[in-house]
Amino acid sequence: MQIRKVHMLLVILMAGIIVYFGIPHIIQTSCQLAGQADLDETFSVLPRMSYPQPFVDKPQRTDVLLMSPWLAPIVWEGTFNRDILNAQYRQKNLIVGVATFAVKKYVRFTEGFLSSANKFFLSGHRVNFYIFTDHPEKIPLMKLAPEKRLFIIPIQNYSRWQDISMNRMDIISSHIHSHWRYEVDYLYSMDIDVQLFEHIGVEIIDTLVGTISSWQYTKPRENNSYERRPESQATIPSGEGDFYYAASFYGGSVSEVYKLTTACFKGVTEDRANGIEAKWHEESHLNKYLLYHKPTRLLSPEYYWDEELIRPHIVKVKRLSSVRKDLKEVRF
Amino acid sequence: MTCGKVVKSVFILCLILIPIFIWMIVWNGPVRYLPYYLPCPEILRQDVLTLTPWLAPIVWEGIFNSELLDSAYKPLNLTIGVTAFAIGKYTKFVGPFLESAEKFFMKGYRVNYYIFTNNPQVIPRVQLQPDRSLSIVPIKKYSHWQETSMRRMEVINRHIAEVSHQEVNYLFCLDIDMVFHNPWGVETLGEMVAAIHSGYYNVPRSQFPYERRSSSAAFIPDSQGDFYYAGAVFGGLVKQVYEFTRACHMTILADKANGIMATWQEESHLNRHFFSHKPSKLLSPEYVWDDTKPKPPEVRLIRFSTVDKNHKEIRD
Repeated sequence: MQIRKVHMLLVILMAGIIVYFGIPHIIQTSCQLAGQADLDETFSVLPRMSYPQPFVDKPQRTDVLLMSPWLAPIVWEGTFNRDILNAQYRQKNLIVGVATFAVKKYVRFTEGFLSSANKFFLSGHRVNFYIFTDHPEKIPLMKLAPEKRLFIIPIQNYSRWQDISMNRMDIISSHIHSHWRYEVDYLYSMDIDVQLFEHIGVEIIDTLVGTISSWQYTKPRENNSYERRPESQATIPSGEGDFYYAASFYGGSVSEVYKLTTACFKGVTEDRANGIEAKWHEESHLNKYLLYHKPTRLLSPEYYWDEELIRPHIVKVKRLSSVRKDLKEVRF
Repeated sequence: MTCGKVVKSVFILCLILIPIFIWMIVWNGPVRYLPYYLPCPEILRQDVLTLTPWLAPIVWEGIFNSELLDSAYKPLNLTIGVTAFAIGKYTKFVGPFLESAEKFFMKGYRVNYYIFTNNPQVIPRVQLQPDRSLSIVPIKKYSHWQETSMRRMEVINRHIAEVSHQEVNYLFCLDIDMVFHNPWGVETLGEMVAAIHSGYYNVPRSQFPYERRSSSAAFIPDSQGDFYYAGAVFGGLVKQVYEFTRACHMTILADKANGIMATWQEESHLNRHFFSHKPSKLLSPEYVWDDTKPKPPEVRLIRFSTVDKNHKEIRD
């Protein structure tokens, strides 16, 4: 095609328009940056974000309890803006550890757990997965996202599944003491026989975090799930109790989780010496600990849903759920 | 269709539906239940926002249990500091402020009051409870009240560095021309605490009196902003208050260098900083009320509010 005068004129005109509107903008931006940068250095600023204004007379949800009586937020879908939380979190350069146990037949759940956690757990943030197993060779080799790392740690198994379950506390406690307090800032313990279906993000990060059990279906004070026998270290006197917490997902800062696991395992050991075993094993001890050391944040049952239960409409999102299995077959 | 046929079809429909209904109720399949994390009326407010989008609690009457909180905080053996500025004619507010604080502020905890004034002699010696102390800190008075107001950030910051960081765990910076009417307890403690201004708590963000000139370091555009926070109340862990006051003072100085003074002096800078660094806990307008306003239904209890005064008369 011949280059005609018309074409030349058009090109010059467009170039002129771009220059006319573009240059002042470039100058303005660079000036702003020069001024703001000095101030920004003194205090790192959250990036510009646009989100709807929160109104004081418009609560986000009125169908569920959003805060415990000791002012710990309860995390439900619709109450938080993950972009704001991510922006705050990124400034702190933190690493989160996840401890999980794949012992005996539970090894088969590893692939499902890892692939879904890789996709949905703290996506975009640094996470160390620590998988304890008695069959390291059976752990599938998986490609994880760049910020995620996998550590396979061999442990011995026990003949009773209850012992395997309860000794997790001791293993976590000693690993924090020996390694993790140098490697991670926050640590979460999760069951391996779960899968993630929705994002679990930095809304879970806080000093001491418990998940409200999906089985909580009576008033806490009358809850039958607590250990009530006074002979056990996990006993909670009748008339006491806040929530029933699930041992399948709990965590917090490394120092708080250390205190929790040490205290719980001490209770387990004393019970063993007295020939008693708590009703729901380490979960009973966990509940006793969290009653007297209140969590700073609670996760709604969205964060651990037991597959055996039908999900009520107030649990709008199922983020993490147990995998269907035949308990008799997999435990023995 | 005849009447008879209608009746017949309805009858057949019922015959089919009723067994299905009974089967649904009786079926021993997955458990159905009413979970207990539903709101319980005694300890919930359904009419107000109790959590910010960044999961910071907003403290209102009815959502917290004071005994529970006290049982968690008392063993920590805390000391809480309070700063207040009584410059010029504002010294007359010190007496009522301190007397009401003795009745309602952090009962049962150790409290250090720090009153900054240019006229130490006129500060009344109020009778304090055994675990409480009053420290009178002499400072300079500026010719313009706005200057005095904005210098507060610098003064608090310097005082923390020199004195209060060793004496207190938490520090609250309050206006002196106010009085406590109801308990103010440990539900207010947090890493960084701000209070929602009583005049703007249910107003669109474009109407917040933020500094709107882009040449100011306190500038917040129309489309941004969470809440309008009151300059009369802020606080938190002493280390956080140190960082916060330093940051506010830096932006105040930046504005000074550019020959501009923010619309609401240090309150504009406070809002700018709380927008960039969200507070970890918010206090509802119960904690910073204006007595000239009628009390709306959301505000069940007024804990801390302004004293009626003639601004012209006391400012200069």
